Formats: sequence, structure tokens, C-alpha cells
Amino acid sequence: MDLTIFIVKSIIILAVFGISLLIATYSTYVERKVAAFMQDRIGPDRAGPWGLLQPIADAGKMFFKEDFIPAQASKWLFILGPALAMLTALMSSAVIPFGDSIRFDNYDIPVQGIEINIGVLYIFGVVSLGVYGIMVGGWASNNKFSLLGAIRAASQNISYEVALGLSIIAILMMSGSLSVRAIVEQQAEAGFLGWNVFTQPLGFIIFLTCAFAECNRTPFDLPECETELVGGYHTEYSSMKLGFYLFAEYINMFVSSAFISSLYFGGYHYPFMEQISNALTNSLGAVTGHNVATAIGTAAFFGKIFFFIFFFMWVRWTVPRFRYDQLMNLGWKILIPLSVLNIIVSASGLLFNGMKYASWLIVIVATVLAIMSNSRAPKGQVSPQRS
Amino acid sequence: MKPIEIVFYVLTGITLLSAITVVTARNPIHSVLALIATFFCLSGHYILMNAQFLAAVNIIVYAGAIMVLFLFTIMFLNLRREDEESKTNLTKMAAVVVGGILMVTMLLVFRAVQLPAVNEGNFDARTGLVEQLGIMLYSDYLLPFELASVLLLVAMVGAVMLGKREAGDRHF
Repeated sequence: MDLTIFIVKSIIILAVFGISLLIATYSTYVERKVAAFMQDRIGPDRAGPWGLLQPIADAGKMFFKEDFIPAQASKWLFILGPALAMLTALMSSAVIPFGDSIRFDNYDIPVQGIEINIGVLYIFGVVSLGVYGIMVGGWASNNKFSLLGAIRAASQNISYEVALGLSIIAILMMSGSLSVRAIVEQQAEAGFLGWNVFTQPLGFIIFLTCAFAECNRTPFDLPECETELVGGYHTEYSSMKLGFYLFAEYINMFVSSAFISSLYFGGYHYPFMEQISNALTNSLGAVTGHNVATAIGTAAFFGKIFFFIFFFMWVRWTVPRFRYDQLMNLGWKILIPLSVLNIIVSASGLLFNGMKYASWLIVIVATVLAIMSNSRAPKGQVSPQRS
Repeated sequence: MKPIEIVFYVLTGITLLSAITVVTARNPIHSVLALIATFFCLSGHYILMNAQFLAAVNIIVYAGAIMVLFLFTIMFLNLRREDEESKTNLTKMAAVVVGGILMVTMLLVFRAVQLPAVNEGNFDARTGLVEQLGIMLYSDYLLPFELASVLLLVAMVGAVMLGKREAGDRHF
């Protein structure tokens, strides 16, 4: 019956929506805890046990602050900016497969918002729209710092989107499908060593770097660089509008972690999934066993997501911010040529009796070159910056 | 009315409204934002025609990349209304004449054309999907496809040539 599928789908979509919000909320708390841990502090511990109610206290504070709109600002666009940022951040989690499928009676419903055969393109479309929230808000504030922050964000996002798209093409060539679920299933079939991070190490590094840039996270957080631009694009924002901007960043972080996990780390696949799933179906019956196996897979997927969210925070407190010309050089002169090279080498490997591990060739050559150039450089002397 | 028809009419209404706003908006930024909304609605129409790939690519290329650059340029230029000096009476009259001719042409074309009736029997729902599109492009339309790629390459080289800094140029 269609109604059952509709209801289950609605529940899944609402759950995905709620979980995105919940994880984003607690990412703010975890970020402060991780920062405190890295800097040998305690971090928030007043609101609730271990400070667990801190995000709620923060949200309450945000709501009760004065909602200020600058006199010369373009009022509707000023409101539209954070709304767009939030909308695009929430839209992208729709196509991520969170688990295999839920089975009851004779229905088999995938744990996913929508399954479309252009999932990867959908995510690219939504990501490329994400910049409008920042641009519209930054322009509507009628403040030079905001405008500069918005312009920086836009040019950074456009530049890194190119490398992001190119780094994925190698995966698309291997899987032959644009659907995220198909890519995950293909990795599940290939087993642990068939995960795309092992077949596409270079593509993974490029993708990870670009994901940091797309989320405006350190070391690429130049749009909100305090030392140069006050607060960047959200200088003029206050109250929950500011909250939306900050919140959208955390949702983006969650979605890109989920996307990295499903494209490169096998999604809901984990080692020995076949055997465990078979054992469960044998002992618990076909329906319950399958559902329990799905739940384990989903848990594994969330474990991967949490690791990458932690990784985002780890990098934030480890690597300092780039200079803007360094950022552009890295994007256009290093990442894009490397990803084109990656496409060519992977394609040749695939044509040459379907060898999937050809990308390692570039990684090995690059490592050897780096070690050689490093050992030749005179010690204790930094090579001068050319630009 | 079927639900799909309601969706179609609502979408068409929004499309036309935002397309008109593009022309009538006083502020160039509003105009660009309306144009983005128009592209969005066009993608919606593509999805209604089951051309998912075209819809996604339309959003990525037009709404996501080209319009960002439009918005970018206009934000930097910060256009004011007193800057619009180019519209003399002569250009206005020329625009009216050209627009009128275009309208007459289109009316004549639409009166003359015979729309083929939709045959639901041999309708293939998978026509607009990626696989079908790829097979078509790389088999039946290989030459036009390759020619278009050469054209795009030439445009790219031209853009790099234009943007390239000469030896003695200043940075800005």
C-alpha cells in the first residue's frame, strides 16, 4: 500500500531533519569541549551535568538578544540571507543514505530521504547555492566589512567547487553511477579494502581540503577573519539571525562529514558486514535480523560522521589560517591540476585491465618528490615566498 | 485538476512573476535575485518533464556559478540609477521596434506550428535520465558534442588570455 510507504518515508525525512539539527546543536557544545581539551582547559560545565545543556542555554541567549536591523540595510534581503543559509544547509542531507533498508511485512524501504539517480549532482547543486545566503546577507548589511567577507566567501566557494567536482569524477568513473546509494553499495560489495579511500587516496585528500573550504572552516575561514574584517559577512547580524548563520555552518559540517563518509569510507558498510548480517538473519529471522543489521550499519555510519566532525574541530585548533593569496594559489594552481592528473591516471588504470589502485602512483611519486626536495633544501632556512 | 497540473500552474505563475521582476526591478541586485528564482523555477519545469539531469545541471551551472559571478560584479559596481545614461530616446525606440518584430515572429511561428499529440504508448519515462542522455550524446550526437567541447575550450582559453596579467601590469 502506498500510504504505508508514504508514512514511513515521512518519518525518515523528519528523523533526518531532526537528527541534522540535533547533531548541529551538539556540535557547538562538542566544539567548545574539544577546544578546551586541546588547550588544557575544562570548557563549558555549568549548565546541566558536564555542561550538556549549554547549547540550549546558548540558543535561549540568542533568542532574547535584541534583533537589530541597520538603518541603511536592505531590510528584506537582510532577513533573506540567514534564511537562505539555513535552507540550503538543511536541503543537502536529503540524498545521503543513512542505512541499508527497513523491512516489514513485504516492504523494503531504504533509510534515506529520497533516492534519486543524480544524488551527487543534487548535492553539488545545493552546495553551489549555499553561497547565496552569505552573499545576500553580506551585501544587504550595507557595511564594507560585510561586503568584503561576502565577496571572499563567494570567490572561495566558487574556486574550491571546481576542484571538489573534479576530485569526485574519478569515483564516478569507477562506480558508473551518480547515485550516492549505488556508490556506497559498490564499496560494500568490494569489501573493506575496496573503500574509495583506499582506491582513491589522492581524490580523498583533495575532496577533504575542498570540503573544509566549502564549509568556511579553519584554515579556510577567511570570510569571517576577525583580524581583518571584524566579523566578516555577519558583522551586522545579531540575535537568532546570527545564530542561523553559525548554525548553518555546523549543519554544513555534519552534511559534508556524512558525504565524505559515504563517498570514501563506505557509508553504512563496515568490515565483515556480510557475515554479521547473515548471522543475524539466521538467528533472528529474515525481517528482524535484517532490521537489526541495518541499525548496526546506521550506527557505523554515524560513528564515521562523528569522527569527521571531530576531525573538523581537530584541524581548527591545529592549523592556522591561510593568507588569501595562498588560499587561491592552493585552489587553482595545486588542487585543480592535481585532480585533473588524478582523473587521467585513474582512467588509464581502469582502462588497463580495470586496475582500481592506479591513484596510488601519484601519491607515491608526490611523496618521493616532496622528500627529495626537502632533503636538498639547506637546513634551517625557509625558502622565500614567491608570488 | 490533477495534482501535477496544479503544481505546473503554480510553478508557471512563479516563473512568469519572477521573470517579469527581473525586467521591472529598480535595484539591479533584486533583478539578479529574481533571475536566480527564474532559473530555479525552470529547473522545476525540467523535473516535471522528468529531465532530472538537465534540472540539476541547470542549477549548478546557471544558478550556482554564473549568477554568483553576476551578483559579484553588481555588488562591486554598486550601480545607481543616475549611472544609466546609455538609454537615449533612439535606443528606446530601437528596442521597441526590435521587441515588436520578435513578438510578431513568435506569434506567427506559434500559429503555424502543429504540436504533435503525445503518444502515451511509446512514451519512455527514462528519456531524460543520465544514462539515456549519455548514450545519446556519445552515439547519435557525438560530433556536435565534441564540437561544443572544442568551443568551450576556446572560450576558456580566451578567458585566461583576457584575465592574464602582462609583465608590467599593476595588480589592481
